[in-house]
Amino acid sequence: MKYLTSELLKVIADYQGKFNGAYSIREDGECVARQTSENIDIVSKTDKPGLEVHVKPGTKDEYVYVPACVTHGNVDDLVYNDFYIGEGADVTIIAGCGVHSDDEDEARHNGIHRFFLGKGARVLYKEKHIGTGKGQGLKRIDPVTDAFLEEDATLEMDTIQISGVDATTRVTKAELKARAKLLVRERILTEGEQTAKTDFVVDMIGEDASADIVSRSVARGHSFQSFDSTIRGLTRCSGHSECDAILADEGRVLASPALEAAHIDAALIHEAAIGKIAGEQLLKLQSLGLTAEEAEEKIIAGFLK
Amino acid sequence: MLEIQNIAWSPEGEGVIHDISLHVDSGKMIVVTGPNGGGKTSLAKLIAGINRPTSGKIIFNGEDITELDITERAKRGIAYAFQQPVRFKGLSVQDLLDTAAGKALNVQETCKLLEAVGLCANEYKDRELNASLSGGEIKRIEIASVLVREAQLSIFDEPEAGIDLWSFSKLVEAFNEIRKRKSGTLLVISHQERILEIADEIVVVANGYVRDAGARQVILPALLADEHRSRCPLEKEENLA
Repeated sequence: MKYLTSELLKVIADYQGKFNGAYSIREDGECVARQTSENIDIVSKTDKPGLEVHVKPGTKDEYVYVPACVTHGNVDDLVYNDFYIGEGADVTIIAGCGVHSDDEDEARHNGIHRFFLGKGARVLYKEKHIGTGKGQGLKRIDPVTDAFLEEDATLEMDTIQISGVDATTRVTKAELKARAKLLVRERILTEGEQTAKTDFVVDMIGEDASADIVSRSVARGHSFQSFDSTIRGLTRCSGHSECDAILADEGRVLASPALEAAHIDAALIHEAAIGKIAGEQLLKLQSLGLTAEEAEEKIIAGFLK
Repeated sequence: MLEIQNIAWSPEGEGVIHDISLHVDSGKMIVVTGPNGGGKTSLAKLIAGINRPTSGKIIFNGEDITELDITERAKRGIAYAFQQPVRFKGLSVQDLLDTAAGKALNVQETCKLLEAVGLCANEYKDRELNASLSGGEIKRIEIASVLVREAQLSIFDEPEAGIDLWSFSKLVEAFNEIRKRKSGTLLVISHQERILEIADEIVVVANGYVRDAGARQVILPALLADEHRSRCPLEKEENLA
């Protein structure tokens, strides 16, 4: 594993020289380290690049790390990872991607993840994205997530794009059966000429399923972000989506939430707020001794925490 | 320690503060009172540096701070508790208190601080400063964020607004403690008799002027007597404007 990869892993996956749990580390399109555990098996796909991760039913409090790093330009890494989570299992999956380029060629990672959660399974999925390097080549990360939740399953997605990613298109689709829950916390920071597009489509097909999608974004410089979400309630269920965005400089944000209720007891809510940092917030932190610039950084850091 | 010399503030040409002069001694508790819309909050914001006077001077510890912004005044030892506390998505109560203290507070320090405003640290320190907090809760956290600074001059703008009786009693205790220890100077905007009763001096502001100022023993009986006669205690002063 390259030194650069280990440095990126520290940022995206809290790597401290080793991972405690099952893992598969991807570097420039190749697997460079892998470990399985008694309850978690990781095997390579035979028909296309990627992995199958199998978590045994009833597995509790275990971790799976599947980070991917691109360390130079002229890499277009496409990977298909499928996660099969057995009934009643409760695990944390740490993915994340670091893309680095010091040259003029594009560096891209495109991870297509599918989650199959058995009855009563619970997954905390953490994904952190970052772009580094001084190269002029585009640094792209385009994750696609498809989630299928059986009855009483819960998928909690905690995703963050910190900085340095020039372009991203994030597509998340989920299908929820009875009493299944989807919780999404997404945070994105864009600067300069960067663009970020996120698109959520959630179908609640089982009674008492619920979805809660919260997206917080900061658009600085001349960057552009778009947030699309469609929550469909096809039976008695509850759904909530929230898009909060802070604008700075000439940043732009387009929020297009959609709700589709196809049942009398589908309770769906959307909230959206886009604007600059409130003057009162800056004044409050300045009254504690911070400069206006320090106050702005603190507000943004907290907002994206 | 604080000398306000003939300050006026006329945003967009409309006079809000007219020729106010005040002298505040170190270690004292000054309560500014008067009718709503009379200029009390505007005066406090001029002292804190949120607004700049259109004329006059503000001297703090012998230094002319009239042109200094709010950050510079905060660094020199002026703290300000907003009447309408600000909410922050993402920042926790602990984040705010640590920022105010200028260091990471330990559990005991946070606990002691929040206890002084009637809140339990275990319940609140990790709470986000967002709409999930009630008006009374966020108000008490705002007050705590000023108390922790142990500033030379702490300004509280209607600290009693929106908080329950028990928390209000704790707040009065906290003010009394600061006053007794002479660990800082307090400038409190308030209409509350219990706060007026512990003041060293009372300043009555109405229509942008100081209508009356002096020792609590002199000013308070007159204010209360007028109140008991159920008429505006400043009515007679209005005619002098």
